[in-house]
Amino acid sequence: MIVTENFRIALRALWANKMRSMLTTLGIIIGVAAVIGVVSIVQGLQVLLTRQFEGLGANFMIVQPRQQFSGPGMVQKPVRLTWDDGLAIRDAVAGIDMITPQMFGSSQAKYRDRAHGTFVIGVNQDWPEVHDFSVEIGRFFNKVDLDRRQKVAVVGLDVVDELRLGNPIGKEMTLGTLPVTIVGVMEKKGQSLGQNLDDLVFVPFETALGIFGRRAAEQVQLRLRTTSTNNVDQVREEIRQLLRRRHQIVGDDPDDFQIIVQDEILEQTTQLLGTVTFVVAGIVGIALLVGGIGIMNIMLVSVTERTREIGIRKSVGARRQDILLQFLIEAVTLSLLGGAIGLALGYGIGRLATNLIPGDLPPAVVPLWAIALAFGFSTAVGVFFGIYPASKAARLDPIDALRYE
Amino acid sequence: MALIKLQAVRKIYEVGTETVRALDGVDLEIQRGGYVAIMGASGSGKSTLMNVVGCLDRPTTGSYVLNGTAVEELSDDELAAVRNREIGFVFQTFNLLARTKALANVELPLTYAGVSRKERRERAADALERVGLADRMNHQTNELSGGQRQRVAVARALVNNPSILLADEPTGNLDSATSNEIMALFDKLHLTGNTVLLVTHEPDIAEHSHRQIVLHDGKLVEDRKTPR
Repeated sequence: MIVTENFRIALRALWANKMRSMLTTLGIIIGVAAVIGVVSIVQGLQVLLTRQFEGLGANFMIVQPRQQFSGPGMVQKPVRLTWDDGLAIRDAVAGIDMITPQMFGSSQAKYRDRAHGTFVIGVNQDWPEVHDFSVEIGRFFNKVDLDRRQKVAVVGLDVVDELRLGNPIGKEMTLGTLPVTIVGVMEKKGQSLGQNLDDLVFVPFETALGIFGRRAAEQVQLRLRTTSTNNVDQVREEIRQLLRRRHQIVGDDPDDFQIIVQDEILEQTTQLLGTVTFVVAGIVGIALLVGGIGIMNIMLVSVTERTREIGIRKSVGARRQDILLQFLIEAVTLSLLGGAIGLALGYGIGRLATNLIPGDLPPAVVPLWAIALAFGFSTAVGVFFGIYPASKAARLDPIDALRYE
Repeated sequence: MALIKLQAVRKIYEVGTETVRALDGVDLEIQRGGYVAIMGASGSGKSTLMNVVGCLDRPTTGSYVLNGTAVEELSDDELAAVRNREIGFVFQTFNLLARTKALANVELPLTYAGVSRKERRERAADALERVGLADRMNHQTNELSGGQRQRVAVARALVNNPSILLADEPTGNLDSATSNEIMALFDKLHLTGNTVLLVTHEPDIAEHSHRQIVLHDGKLVEDRKTPR
């Protein structure tokens, strides 16, 4: 007998027990919804992260201090990374196009009667170019400002709005207790990884020391661009050797700093997201297993309930394989239905999550392979857990089945 | 050649330590176009005989040839195919699919015969017309009266043009007026060329047939023409 006929029979049988079918397939629905939901979020994140880091370019590099976790009883060596290190790198390592220190902290910005908690970022004149993030109005501070330790600032658009600065150029605001003159406004960048890039105040590195204190200068980040994408590895290694010398790290002692390049960031995030996906896949596997057992259970009940129907069908000429196929298709239909509902639900969850998570996450992406996987798994679960009840039905003796009350 | 030919058919069940000889050496021939009643008290083996004749069961020993096919050695699936092609069952309890339209019930044997959807529909409608249910085709079986249900069952038995109509106490669950209607239907079907085999313990139902066979303790004890 043809499959479509069995499919019709299956749908009718499932429809006759709507509530039961729904509850039975809930395990599959939840399993598939979870996998699709997570995959869509993870995929969206990956797209976003890739886009952001790729935007920085392959010749972008971050050097940052790294605290080594020592064993108990060991003396912790203070970790230092200063702008002097940065200057040493600039002078000694060939192939560096530009380098900037970066110091980051929160502060209260005030203008007239308005106050606004914002983030202050202390950098040098090369920062906009290193980050491909430029000034919209006015100018960024220059080398002269830095050398003279001018109390100037460049603000993001949100700061302008919050403090109602109007045209902010030339206006004076205070950061903490330090008065600064606004010389420029940054272009609009929006959210990135939960960080609002429009709610920042840029000040010259030396000026930031005045806000955060001298101690902050002991742990700065260095951000740089190499002259070419081809010399990244070489520059990285030279920086490493130089910093180890400067920090007096000898032998096999680990670095007290970390050099991150774009490839690594991408690799790390991909790895992390991959791990998340695997963990979720494991959980989903359990959900599908439980869902499958539920389907097997209800199919066994269904076979018992419909013993007489099986007898009738056999008496009019249904062969074993006809009955087997009928119940197998019913089980598969049940789990596929769960898969389809789960898919829609999972996509909904993905969309909801991307809307709820702050930052401009891209719309949930459900890759084709995830859809195929969801349906493939649903089918597999249906077949695997449906085969036993179906073969039980197929093996029934027609006389016993017809006599069954 | 006889349509049905049983030779020394035995059916033996082991119930616990006891051996039950449900059929104990039955020889029987039925010609095409016959109208035969199988009678006997309960436990006489008439149901077992019907199951064997209807290819729902195989004899333990002996041979059974149905329409030229030796049935006793067929596999379960081959038996199913024979049932589909050669046998039309009518049961005491109707045995229709619940919550299913009359038409779909009648289509069932054709479905397993691999007949196309359109042809199935036409032939099922035709069969329902022949039993006088043309106006009830799209009713669910549970919306029909007992007599109507049995007519649906008869239509289902007829639809595949089987060699035999096999009716097991077809009026057992019906009142006498409805019983008469159903028996009139069998009479008419016999007149139009069908071979009818009735299993019954009611003499007045058996009166409709032309030949009466009586079983007792698994043995054929009487085989007579119905007196007219």
